[in-house]
Amino acid sequence: MVYRKSLTEKMIDVLLYAGMIVLMFVTLYPFWSQIVLSLEEGASAYSTGFMLYPRKLSFEAYRLAFHYTPLWTGYLNTIVRTVLGVVLILVFTALTAYPLSKKDLPLNRTCTGFLLFTMLFSGGLIPNYLLIKNLGLLNSVWSLVLPGMISAFNVLIMRNFFRSIPESLEESARVDGAGYVRIFVSLIVPLSTPVLATVALWVGVGHWNAWFDSLIYISDSRKQVLQVVLRKIVIENDTSNLNAMIQKMSTDTKYTGRQLQSTVIILSIIPMLVVYPFVQKYFVKGVMVGAIKG
Amino acid sequence: MSDLGAPTAYRELRPRAGPDERARRFVKYRALLLMLVPGFVFLIIFNYIPMYGAILAFKEFKIMGGIANSPWVGMKYFDKAFNDPHFYVVLKNTLIISFYKLLFGFPVPILFAILLNELAGRRFKRWVQTISYLPHFISWIVLSGIFITIFSLEGPINLLLKAIGHLPVIFMADEHYFRSILVGTSIYQSFGWGSIIYLAAIAGIDPQLHEAAIIDGAGRFKRMLYITLPMLVPVISIMLILSMGSILDAGFDQIFNMYNAQVMDVADIIDTYVYRIGLINANYSYSTAVGLFKSVVALILVLGVNRIVKTIGGNEHTLW
Repeated sequence: MVYRKSLTEKMIDVLLYAGMIVLMFVTLYPFWSQIVLSLEEGASAYSTGFMLYPRKLSFEAYRLAFHYTPLWTGYLNTIVRTVLGVVLILVFTALTAYPLSKKDLPLNRTCTGFLLFTMLFSGGLIPNYLLIKNLGLLNSVWSLVLPGMISAFNVLIMRNFFRSIPESLEESARVDGAGYVRIFVSLIVPLSTPVLATVALWVGVGHWNAWFDSLIYISDSRKQVLQVVLRKIVIENDTSNLNAMIQKMSTDTKYTGRQLQSTVIILSIIPMLVVYPFVQKYFVKGVMVGAIKG
Repeated sequence: MSDLGAPTAYRELRPRAGPDERARRFVKYRALLLMLVPGFVFLIIFNYIPMYGAILAFKEFKIMGGIANSPWVGMKYFDKAFNDPHFYVVLKNTLIISFYKLLFGFPVPILFAILLNELAGRRFKRWVQTISYLPHFISWIVLSGIFITIFSLEGPINLLLKAIGHLPVIFMADEHYFRSILVGTSIYQSFGWGSIIYLAAIAGIDPQLHEAAIIDGAGRFKRMLYITLPMLVPVISIMLILSMGSILDAGFDQIFNMYNAQVMDVADIIDTYVYRIGLINANYSYSTAVGLFKSVVALILVLGVNRIVKTIGGNEHTLW
């Protein structure tokens, strides 16, 4: 069916495209402005305003930021928590989701209800804090990894995916004498790479961006994650360490903590910006799967 | 979960599980039941123990005794909350900010999805989608950092104001603008991502509907209004329920990283207040009481709205 567009509709098209381009500019500009500011030569960075490109290109701010150790310990701590979090969450979520995918599993409804209730109600800030404290997990990476280990949402996504795997496959494996554990490890898990990838990316971004747990559970600054290091510099505006370093490192005193703020912002989101376009479709898939009513 | 919605007739048809049948299933699935154990241990420790810990709201916290051995004080901390003028300030702020976010933020992804669907170029459309999702993946620490620059005295917004002859405004410290900034930046962060679900629903619309309408002479706008939008109603109602349930979440991550002493009266919300009285002032019992108040109201909201929708629209539009 070919639908011919009238002249007015063509004009609407033009407006639509123009509007979308403006919208994309507005969406990207905040990030772009930080890139420009970080690449600007020191002196001209004072007046920010609208900057579409660096008036005088300079990588000095990046050279300085590379010598700012808290940033890199933060980076390392974030990588550790992300890797640990992703691996463990995948393992335990899959272990929990597979039994629940069996509709005739005894106690299935009780267990699912038990799981779902955690989506509706939580103990709150202080009870969680006291729990971590009593478990002796303060200042440990485990305080960042263990509490979020089982999320009802992830379990439901995986459970629904497992349910979509044809029953006949499992039955033939059972006829061949394989037990459930064997079926899970060598049949279900290999068939579930799409959902595992989706959950892994999801959890990975969550851990990369997480900061509140680290802010309240970690007081040792060497164990602090990247986001909290960033928060100190960018939000709490504590650039004293940065400024001290600039004075030590650079004869060019035009560089200020203010400009280095943009530089550390860019450095912290580069991994996301690089990976994001390639993995974006997996995230979208995850939303679709999750949208199916449990 | 789907079992809960199964028609009763179907349930009765299922063979009743006698004790023998039950035992047989326990034996059959013993390995899988064991598999469930670690996950549920985590749930008990990290979800259910803190829920139990919420009883601290009715106790006077003693560091030496912990939650279990602290003495009961009844409703003392709830009375304190209801007599605390600042409690009403944060409650009001939470509701106002949430309401504005819902009012202005809820329609944006729907509109965006419908307009996006009108784009003919597939490549262009994919680009627009990819870019619009991006802010969703950036933490509020980074976003706040960027917005603080953008709204600063030397930032582009003030530059524009100067260009039209307006006096510069210290936006982040101005009570008149702060909530608008919260709402605007929150829409910026979430509109693209929020549109995914509507785009999927649009993709699921039977093209024959559009073809029939075209034959009848309906233009694009008419079809948008009388086909696309009505077909989105089930999804829209589910999304509305979801957001009703979280009306007391005004956006802790965002506000905690954007607010400051100057705008406290308009920006302080329940979550930020709970954080400050709890972890900054170390008033554990009071903080837990305010937090518990919020959790309970939120729970009632979710259950209540779901029930209402169930009576009006049948099972199809509800959450469970």
